[in-house]
Amino acid sequence: MLEVKNLTVSVAGRTILDDFNLTVEDGEVAAIMGPNGTGKSTLSYVIAGRKDYTVESGSILLDGVELLGLEPDVRAARGIFLAFQYPLEIPGVATMTFLKAALNAQRKQRGESELTTPELMKRVKVAAEKLEIKPDMLKRALNVGFSGGEKKRMDILQMALLEPTFAILDETDSGLDIDALRIVAGGVNALRSPKRGFLIITHYQRLLDYIVPDTVHVMAQGRIVKTGGADLALELEKSGYRDYVGEQAAV
Amino acid sequence: MAAVQETVDRVKSVDVSEYKYGFFSDIESDKAPKGLNEDIVRFISSKKNEPDWLTQWRLGAYRRWLTMREPEWARVEYPKIDYQDLYYYSAPKTAAGPKSLDEVDPELLKVYAKLGIPLGEQEILAGVAPERRVAVDAVFDSVSVVTTFKEELGKAGVIFCPISEAVQTHPELVQKYLGSVVPTTDNYYATLNSAVYSDGSFVYIPPGVRCPMELSTYFRINEQNTGQFERTLIIADKGSYVSYLEGCTAPKRDENQLHAAVVELIALEDAEIKYSTVQNWYPGDSEGKGGIYNFVTKRGDCRGARSKISWTQVETGSSITWKYPSCILRGDESRGEFYSIAISNGRQQVDSGTKMIHLGKNTTSRVISKGIAAGRSQNTYRGLISSHRKATGARNFTNCDSLLVGNSCGAHTVPYIESHNPSTQFEHEATTSKISDDQLFYCMQRGLSAEEATALIVNGFVRDVLQQLPMEFAVEAQKLIAISLEGSVG
Repeated sequence: MLEVKNLTVSVAGRTILDDFNLTVEDGEVAAIMGPNGTGKSTLSYVIAGRKDYTVESGSILLDGVELLGLEPDVRAARGIFLAFQYPLEIPGVATMTFLKAALNAQRKQRGESELTTPELMKRVKVAAEKLEIKPDMLKRALNVGFSGGEKKRMDILQMALLEPTFAILDETDSGLDIDALRIVAGGVNALRSPKRGFLIITHYQRLLDYIVPDTVHVMAQGRIVKTGGADLALELEKSGYRDYVGEQAAV
Repeated sequence: MAAVQETVDRVKSVDVSEYKYGFFSDIESDKAPKGLNEDIVRFISSKKNEPDWLTQWRLGAYRRWLTMREPEWARVEYPKIDYQDLYYYSAPKTAAGPKSLDEVDPELLKVYAKLGIPLGEQEILAGVAPERRVAVDAVFDSVSVVTTFKEELGKAGVIFCPISEAVQTHPELVQKYLGSVVPTTDNYYATLNSAVYSDGSFVYIPPGVRCPMELSTYFRINEQNTGQFERTLIIADKGSYVSYLEGCTAPKRDENQLHAAVVELIALEDAEIKYSTVQNWYPGDSEGKGGIYNFVTKRGDCRGARSKISWTQVETGSSITWKYPSCILRGDESRGEFYSIAISNGRQQVDSGTKMIHLGKNTTSRVISKGIAAGRSQNTYRGLISSHRKATGARNFTNCDSLLVGNSCGAHTVPYIESHNPSTQFEHEATTSKISDDQLFYCMQRGLSAEEATALIVNGFVRDVLQQLPMEFAVEAQKLIAISLEGSVG
């Protein structure tokens, strides 16, 4: 379970998250929607532990343990996963090598034994097939020369292997065509479980047709302004954000 | 012993990284008085029982050195060296000539064990595949203390011994080839080396022979205030092959130490020499105090047609590195290669690169250089690719990439390309990049610590070069790279 309590975050003196509160239960898929510039990505980066932000006050608890003050890799080992909007390239590092390094780094932190290469390859093969990732892509350098859709599928593959307890999908649907969207959504849905929470950040309703959320939150000016069920997203699709953000709609 | 321990502890506490080879071994040594003059040169020569032609060769070099000026064009800064304030000869007292393993001072053997250098032939023979054995020439301060596997190599006709021994047992070979690639007049440091060189490795591979195992020399500087002047000479006769590895470490000290070595390689027709270096001299502390000055002249002569010389280096140590392993592509269709990873951290300065001189017809060369700068270091690639007027069909491909870690370091590229023949094709690619915060964050978000992430990214960056190293050393090199970058992130 992830609890964000009274979180205020600023960047270069400007307040982005303003006394922000959110709870995502185990097994819950929550969506956050809202216009550009409201702080949706900031929220995901701050939960993951990126350093460019100043946390003025508040706390972030994962299963009751405070995350603020912990390094990003420590938070990852505790179960946080962020699927990036723009996954990065790591030249010269084969995807398989990266997967092994990341998984074993997390296992080491948790005091678990490292996974052997044959065991890892088995798990990767199964997960890769479901995401329609071809074996030779795993030998190529991570994300180098991959299309947008391939990069997103690679991120979901990592999620499948790392088995997080709380996964944030930051604008996962951006740059995806319908087929890629279907595959990515399928991958995410396959990972839904009673022990895992999801936070899906998106502009558009379309993704939520495939990954049907339990809860939908609307975010504006650094805080949640409305919470509802999956049909809230359909409503937003029809009428836009202006009812929830007053004159400051869609910057 | 107490004073030594205190020094070691004090130096240890100010270090940039845990330089684990920084220990000093209290071994009695035999030293010439400080300073350099004709008497010292004669002293060195007589200590080694050298024939007169070699003594005269040294003296000629010394007299020439007196007329030369220290070069100042490299992109490195250091306080002026007082050449009279050094010992030019220091040898462990118990090493009086070539020995078998059981005759070597056990204290010395302990040093190499601590460094992880395999000197025990028995251990190696038991259960290890023949191709994986490595013959080692161990050089402690200026003197070779033991060379392993000599007998077995001898059966193949391969000569692998200290150069001081080769002067006694194969003087005609030494006289023929010594100074033929790097003449005594070549440059300030090579000339000095010619006058006072202590020891080094001599290798001769007879025609048609593929050397049955890898050869390596492991240099350990121990005594303080000594200059280290090794001289290595490798000759691959027609159609032969040898792979040679050089490793170097030194203890931590407050003063700088000069290391001015000369390496000459000669490859005759259809021969191939593969020369790999993993250099981890003490780099100095975080303020740039202490550390080795590594001013080295390395040159390969592809004398015969279709000969090939390749240099592979992983440079992580030294306060200052100034070296350009080069190839003279004399023979038609000969080939030169240079693969380099040069890492600088703390306050290190590196000015390194290569020269590929295309003289024969249809010669080719390949240069892959990866420079990584971290801390407050400066890392420069300096290369010269040239084709002579008569060198038809010369081809070169050069790729030099720099990676910056952090905000206070510098990476520089100084490529010289001189083409004097119209059929020349030289290609040059260069990139400069920084490990971006985004990349680091991405890796950390997946569970890697900042240091693990940097090591992973750097390993990806240098992969092309690591693949060129003999396998065991590639693993060592990877570890070394990770260690050298410690403390550079965050």
